[in-house]
Amino acid sequence: MADPSHSRQSVLSRVRYLGSAHDGTAHFWAQRLTAVALIPLTIWFVVSIVMLAGAPYEEVAAWLARPMPAILMILLVVATFHHAQLGLQVVIEDYIHQPALRVGSLVLVKLGAVALGFAAVFAVLKIAFGG
Amino acid sequence: MSSHQRPLSPHLQVYRWQLTMAMSIVHRITGVALAVGTLLLVWWLLAAASGPESYETARACLGSWLGRLLLFGWSYALFYHLFNGIRHLGWDLGLGFEIKTAYATGWTVVAVSILVTVATWIAAYAAMGAL
Repeated sequence: MADPSHSRQSVLSRVRYLGSAHDGTAHFWAQRLTAVALIPLTIWFVVSIVMLAGAPYEEVAAWLARPMPAILMILLVVATFHHAQLGLQVVIEDYIHQPALRVGSLVLVKLGAVALGFAAVFAVLKIAFGG
Repeated sequence: MSSHQRPLSPHLQVYRWQLTMAMSIVHRITGVALAVGTLLLVWWLLAAASGPESYETARACLGSWLGRLLLFGWSYALFYHLFNGIRHLGWDLGLGFEIKTAYATGWTVVAVSILVTVATWIAAYAAMGAL
C-alpha cells in the first residue's frame, strides 16, 4: 500500500476512509507490555508446576502460601487475562462481522476475563492468608 | 465505514501454504486455545483454595490419561505461543523482517517449542519419580 504521508488526501479524509482512529496504539502497547511481562512469568510458572508435578494438597497449598509464589501467581493471572482478552478482542473483530454477535462476544470475553481473573486472584489470596 | 471501494486480498486458497503464513495462523489458534486453557488454571487454583478434597478431585482429573493429554497439548500451545511471541516482539522492534531470517526464526520456533515441551514433560515425570 502507498505511504499515506504522500497521499493527496487530508488527514481527516484519510482517517475517515482508511483507518478507525480509535485507540489502536493503546491496545497495541498493552498487548506488547503484557507479552513482555509474561515471558519471565511463564518460565517461572512452568518451572514451578514441573517441580510440583503430582504433589499432594499440603505441598501445593504451602507453596502458594509463601509470599513470592503468591505474588508471582497473581501477576501471572493478571497479565494473562489482560493479554488474553486483548488478543481475543482482535480475533473477534477480525472474524465476527454480524454486529450483535460481535458486540455480544466482546462483552462476554471482556467480562469473562475480569470474572475469571478475580476468581483466580481471590483463590491465591485465600491460600496465602490461610483460608 | 468507508464508501470507497477498498482493494481486497485474493482469497487464501489461491496461495501455496508457506511456513510463515502457517505459523501466523497457528499463533492465533494457540492464543485462543490458551485463553480457553486459562479455565484449567482458574479451576486448579480454586480447587486448591477450597481444600484438600476438591484439590484431590482436580489432581485426579488432571492426572488421568485424558487430563495429561489435555495438559500436554496445553503445554505445547504455551511454548509455541511464548517462543513465537518473542519472534513477534522482534518484528515489533523492526528486527528479522528479511525473508531468509523470517524462515530461520520460524523453523527455530518450531524446533525449540517441540524440544522444550518434551524436555518439560521428561522433567515433570522425573520430579514425580516416575522415571
